[in-house]
Amino acid sequence: MTTTSTDRPPVPRPARLPSRGGGRRLRLGPLPLRYVAAKVGGAAVSLIAVMLTAFFLFKILPGDPVRAITHGIPTSPEQLAHLRHQFGLDKPLAAQFGDYAVRILHGDLGISYQYKTSVAGLIGEHLWPTIYLVGTATVLSAALGLRVGIRSAWRHGSTGDRVNTGVALALWSVPTFWLGLLFIIVFATGIGPIPGLFPTGGMSTPGTEGFVAVLVDHLRHLVLPCLTLVAVIYAQYVLTMRASLLDEMGSDYLTTARAKGLRDDDVRRRHAVPNALLPTVTVLFINIGRVVSGSILVETIFSWPGLGSLFYEALTVPDLPLLEGLFIVFSGAVILMNLLADLLYPVLDPRVRT
Amino acid sequence: MPRTPKHRRLATVLAVATACAALGFPAVASAAPADQSAGPKTLTIATNGSVDSLSPFLAQRLLPTHIHRLIYDFLTNYDPKDDHAVPALATSWSTSPDKLVWTFTIRDGMKWSDGKPVTAEDIAWTYNLIMTSPDAATGNGNFVVNFKSVAAPDPKTLVITLSKPQATMLALDIPVVPKHVWESHAADIGKFHNDTQFPIVSNGPFILSGYAKGQYIELTANPNYWRGKPKFDKVIYRYYKDSDAMVEALKKGEAHFVSPLTPAQYNALGDRPEITRNKAQGKRFYALAANPGATTKSGQAFGDGSPALRDSQFRRALMYAIDSKTLVAKTLGGYGEPGAGYLPPIWANNHWKPDAAEAYTHNPDKAGEMLDALGYRKGADGMRTTPDGQPLTLRLFGQTQRVDDTQNASYISEWLKGVGVGVTVSMMDQGKLADVETAGNYDLAFDSWSTNPDPDFVLSLQTCAGRPDTPGASFLGDTFVCDATYDELYAQQITEYDQAKRSDLVKRMQQQLYRGAYVNVLYYANVLEAYRSDVIGSMQKQPQPNGMYYPQDGYWAWWSATPATAAPKKSGNTGAIVAGVATAAIIGAAGVLFATRRRRAGADDRE
Repeated sequence: MTTTSTDRPPVPRPARLPSRGGGRRLRLGPLPLRYVAAKVGGAAVSLIAVMLTAFFLFKILPGDPVRAITHGIPTSPEQLAHLRHQFGLDKPLAAQFGDYAVRILHGDLGISYQYKTSVAGLIGEHLWPTIYLVGTATVLSAALGLRVGIRSAWRHGSTGDRVNTGVALALWSVPTFWLGLLFIIVFATGIGPIPGLFPTGGMSTPGTEGFVAVLVDHLRHLVLPCLTLVAVIYAQYVLTMRASLLDEMGSDYLTTARAKGLRDDDVRRRHAVPNALLPTVTVLFINIGRVVSGSILVETIFSWPGLGSLFYEALTVPDLPLLEGLFIVFSGAVILMNLLADLLYPVLDPRVRT
Repeated sequence: MPRTPKHRRLATVLAVATACAALGFPAVASAAPADQSAGPKTLTIATNGSVDSLSPFLAQRLLPTHIHRLIYDFLTNYDPKDDHAVPALATSWSTSPDKLVWTFTIRDGMKWSDGKPVTAEDIAWTYNLIMTSPDAATGNGNFVVNFKSVAAPDPKTLVITLSKPQATMLALDIPVVPKHVWESHAADIGKFHNDTQFPIVSNGPFILSGYAKGQYIELTANPNYWRGKPKFDKVIYRYYKDSDAMVEALKKGEAHFVSPLTPAQYNALGDRPEITRNKAQGKRFYALAANPGATTKSGQAFGDGSPALRDSQFRRALMYAIDSKTLVAKTLGGYGEPGAGYLPPIWANNHWKPDAAEAYTHNPDKAGEMLDALGYRKGADGMRTTPDGQPLTLRLFGQTQRVDDTQNASYISEWLKGVGVGVTVSMMDQGKLADVETAGNYDLAFDSWSTNPDPDFVLSLQTCAGRPDTPGASFLGDTFVCDATYDELYAQQITEYDQAKRSDLVKRMQQQLYRGAYVNVLYYANVLEAYRSDVIGSMQKQPQPNGMYYPQDGYWAWWSATPATAAPKKSGNTGAIVAGVATAAIIGAAGVLFATRRRRAGADDRE
């Protein structure tokens, strides 16, 4: 399947699990220490590698940051020289890397070229809007996707299955910016008899006061960008869940469960779904890791002040410290979530331990 | 009865539908522009800009520097009609016979928004800080490079002593800050962003009273402004990152002014009675730069520019092959003027236009004759070779971020091929293009600069001193022009304090550039803007009659904007009723669908 946007990861092929085992409830047990140590160690090594490579990764970007920042405004050669010195760009590359490595290993992400303020502070300011939007969308799309996926698999081949899968795939293939703009035209501006229900963009209305009013205002601004994101990403949960549940469908333990006289709903909920959950959990954790990197397209269309648009702005300069900082945070989140997923697998499915 | 899963689901569906309806209702009630007859009158401006810093010492982007013009008074301002210097902080000024000492008389009775008086000492302190601290010079350092000293002998007098005469002294775009507030920040001026305490203490027509990073900037009218209080109580800049979303906000009334629009957006807004459009002359020129041979300040040649372009006659021949009228019609959709002089026609006093004999009027035959005469002969395939028999191919560069470049490149390469000059086109990232230009490794490249009321800076880019220090080093400009006559005129204009005489020199400089065919201005694009005429009654353009509302070099548009007298058309009630009915219908339908589905599923279970 091809997608028209770089915003979404490809749907991973679900791992095929041996369909043995009964419909046991999840049971927690101690994890093997070696397993945990190996996973944590691996994650730490990855993170340090990311921190050190970030420098070279963005150094190869073309363009002179000083020139880009000052382009079009009357500037004296002295100002340019001072900026170059301030950014450390007048030093040889090896010295620049030395400074960077010392700083980054001390946890200092540096000062942004264009904003002249600490990168950590900038990322902090933009982190909450991104988690608020993309986090909500991830939770909603996972909930919706799982539900639709389970229903579709359970009644596979039915009209409902075909419609649900078809709709999910169609929305997955729609360009995000186009869908977002469509939502703005229909639900924000209003068209024909439909009134403009939601704001066209931003995260809040200037001058809103009072806790309830601010809360409602924030939620109103969230609806359209969140809807857009959910619409384009829930398909991956549908497809993953549907495929892995279909794998379980013919299993003997389900026949046994039914023979015991269990209701169909209970067979599905307590026996089939837990066994089919693992691939979807992987997708979910990958996506939670990607929550912080935001969604450039949706953030742009809805003027959302998140990390995605901050990254885009940093790229155009190029604002090297900001790019490096964002890269480390984005990668760090994915590494952390993968680690959590690795640690969670044996809890969810004891077969992974062996 | 125990709560079964289906009841929970029904409850969830109803809750979600109700929540959607509840969230939608407040919007419906205010779907039309807020009724401005009661309560504070607010003017909301959609901006695609963003703020790098609110400190006037650090800000470099357009939005914050424009905001600073609204909240801080400068020494002088630009007249809304024709951009000549008019009094602001200074009411009058005089110069010494040697042109080196400027004495400004400072306006009486002005106050900062915290009630303290505005004095010459505030101005002297601001300028001195920029002169002494490289960090404070980040934003406006270029204005004070030539200052020897700035002093305030008394609260009403400011004396600036220069190293060399400088004709740009009435165009010092430096926001003046209150010394008593900023003194404590002088030590960490490179880190202080003026965004910790609101309202910001200032003295302009507006006071910056609220700021949400990445979202909006709120300005409140200054009731004590010496020129008079603005008519709108608040001006809010809201950020829109997507221009189509920005237009939707205008249609809805969430924003009352949008700029810049694309020609398609501008045309589409034409049939809306509640929206007024403005096609303004722009401040930007769009040019095709020809590499005359890259050299450093000391004359050392570098780069691999085509030797053919070092000949001004060859460069001129190329210009006859290009039809800028077609580019205006096709690329700009007619919204612009064909180019000639370096400074756009918006600067009526300084704009220069060639006469018919001198103009490069589209004439491929003439281009062909000139190339023939230079020895670039056409081969059997219709393409020319250099006088020493090598194939003649020029590399044309443009940047992907500028939409005009791609379209113009295809026209220009076709026209040049038409006269036998081969062209290879490369479109690349703006950073990469800047690297290519800095290295001198190009033949032709698209180039665009925004200009200011005072032309000194953009003119300085084309002087011999505007070239890099060493081969491949970054430099201010992006062409390698070095023309002795031009430099001589440049040196004269900067010391000429008589505006009419200076304009004459500036025009002669443009003529010299034009004759050399170094930076060939193809067109000046219009700035297209639109506003809600049911909210804004009137406001001043700058300059008049063909200027723009935003961004102006003064504060005239928002300062002079009057609220519309007719109340905006209200669609709130009908909207609310429609929304209510629609929501009820959705909830009802969802409920019915749910009930029937559950009944069917229940029947399945029983079987």
